[in-house]
Amino acid sequence: MKLLDLRLAALAAGIAIPLAAVPAMATDIRMAIWSANEAHLKLFNEIGAAYTAAHPDVNVKFDSRAFDGYTTTLTTQIAGGNAPDLAWILETTAVDFVNSGALAPLKATFKGSAGYDLPDVTQSSLALWSAGSEIYAYPFSTSPFGMFVNNDVIKAAGQKTPAQLIAAGEWIWDNAIKIDEAVAAAGKQGLIVRDFDYKVWDNLASIWSGWGATPWSADGKTCTFAEQPMVAAMTFIHNAIFTKKAIPGPGVTADFFAGEAAMTITQISRASLLPRENPFSWDLVPLPAGPAGEYAVIGQAGIGVFAKGKNPAVAADFLAFFTNPENSRKLAQFFPPARASLLNAEVLAKANPLLSPEQLKAVVIKGISTGKVKLSHAGFAEIQQTARAALDALWVPNADVPAVMKSVCARIQPMLAM
Amino acid sequence: MPLATPTNEPAPRKRAFWTMARREGLAGYLFVAPQAAGTITFVLVPLGLVFWYSLHEWNVLAGTFKFVNDANYRKLLADPALPEVLGATAIFSAGLVIFNLSLALLLAVLVNQKLKGIVVFRTLFFSPVVVSLVAWTIVWGFLLQANGGINGILGVFGIAGPNWLRTPATAMASVIVVQVFKNVGLNMVLFLAALQGVPRELYEAARVDGASRFKQFRRITLPLISPTILLTMIITIVGSLQVFAQIAVLTQGGPGMSTTVLVYYLYQQAFQFHRFGYGATISILLFLIVAVLTFAQWQMRRRIVFYEN
Repeated sequence: MKLLDLRLAALAAGIAIPLAAVPAMATDIRMAIWSANEAHLKLFNEIGAAYTAAHPDVNVKFDSRAFDGYTTTLTTQIAGGNAPDLAWILETTAVDFVNSGALAPLKATFKGSAGYDLPDVTQSSLALWSAGSEIYAYPFSTSPFGMFVNNDVIKAAGQKTPAQLIAAGEWIWDNAIKIDEAVAAAGKQGLIVRDFDYKVWDNLASIWSGWGATPWSADGKTCTFAEQPMVAAMTFIHNAIFTKKAIPGPGVTADFFAGEAAMTITQISRASLLPRENPFSWDLVPLPAGPAGEYAVIGQAGIGVFAKGKNPAVAADFLAFFTNPENSRKLAQFFPPARASLLNAEVLAKANPLLSPEQLKAVVIKGISTGKVKLSHAGFAEIQQTARAALDALWVPNADVPAVMKSVCARIQPMLAM
Repeated sequence: MPLATPTNEPAPRKRAFWTMARREGLAGYLFVAPQAAGTITFVLVPLGLVFWYSLHEWNVLAGTFKFVNDANYRKLLADPALPEVLGATAIFSAGLVIFNLSLALLLAVLVNQKLKGIVVFRTLFFSPVVVSLVAWTIVWGFLLQANGGINGILGVFGIAGPNWLRTPATAMASVIVVQVFKNVGLNMVLFLAALQGVPRELYEAARVDGASRFKQFRRITLPLISPTILLTMIITIVGSLQVFAQIAVLTQGGPGMSTTVLVYYLYQQAFQFHRFGYGATISILLFLIVAVLTFAQWQMRRRIVFYEN
């Protein structure tokens, strides 16, 4: 018996001692993002490491996905029961995510986080990400669209630079397209609306807003594609593409950041793509004024916590850390912050060594204060695809612009009215 | 009265349970078990689940899963986009099957020669089959751009090439050609094997009778390789109905809806518009189309296939 007891004791010790030696199971949280930019990832990993230092039982991982098809990948993972804990959400799909119940409420966590200072986050930037008085995602990037220009290419085509036109009060769309037409005639490409590629038509908001055009009414119920401002704006864009060749046509590839084009409309986070070797003389300017006057368009991106994720409470706590005043200041070098205290040229200039205080003032600060957030609608993916298919008839020479605009409305109106 | 003589026969032994027949039966079941388990897990159960999903409205974001009876099927029949999608699918499948089989047969006849270095040509034509589908399609995407490689070559000869992927007719033709060049090697190998199985004596006899090369091909080769033609036709049609990556990478269903084939439409509805229930309904339609076409071709074999038992 004694021998048996001894054996049992040894067996128990053999199991218990290694178990006791294993540290408590670490919690892994995963944030889905659409950036694979090294500089962005370096900063995110630094913030993640700082959180792990304070919470040794939590590991943070950033999962980069392609921007193209990002939301599809995300929803497929949710359907497969493999939702990330947190995810970046595009402003276009904000309504669907916020109203679906997929996201966990965040207000209490933000309020309970020491030093978070929630009132510092502007109400206007939170609007898209809130339902009632609850916040469902944090708008980590409130980034106006600006225009990066390649002054070397523009001067080589014998044109005035946008900065000169701004100084002369002549920075309007007609003049911008004249420059692009001249550059295109000289052998380079003119204006690239980044990520548009004749598919993501909603990116054209950065042009048509200058005509005061919108794709649907303010209440989202009525299609306004066929109304005069949109028809005029689309006629201008069509002429710029097919008559003046100022915008590369469908199927033509060109990269502004490789020095192949005169201008590109994009957000300041793309400044990190500017070439370090063989740099060209570049500038960042506001969008030209349209017939409806000066305007700005803001792209927003939010971070939400999935209510059905494995660790929603830990993920919300990490989000509060990721977007606290200190980390928001760091993130500001790529993503203009939603915090009022950080929206000044001094703070932004420190965070953005690539951009001058004048550029930040003209594009970012003025843009955020005067701009409208890019369009959004419930069921946006279907509206986007349906309008894309109808708009394909516009991207050919000799297209009947008003007729195409009417066909777009005929197709998307039933979805808007739902 | 004769006495009953006690028999010396031993009491009948209980028959062993594991008879030879039973043992063989068990061995047979064990042999097919892995395949059966795989088919049940990866084919029959998912098929049942797809049918189950098709009776529901499943919103992934909201996490709702509501039984809607046959609502998705009624919606499918009334879907205004369906005729256009089925039309694009039919054009794609017909174009692919005709072009693929003709080219495969032509290549098989060409490489069925006893020439020095013919293996190099066979390898060359077969190599796209082993290339990654997405990589292959992306490279073709670059070539087919308005300012891409193909128009660059045409430009050398003073020809202004079309915008291949942006015009409905050329977009569909481009997708078909990309798919044919990717897989024609597989059918070529099957045809080559069939061609090499045709007895030489038949050709010799035909030559003695004065039959021309074309007549030999029509009267001897074609009938004798007809089982392979049927096989490749079924494989190619089923494959053509499942095309997805090429459409997703090259045209995303455009321009307009011209290249939105059934599988791509299914993907849009389920994964882009988050209607998994409706997507499942479309996949049931796809399953029925594939099943009916395959059954019809199998029935046709008595008429078109020679030497079929």
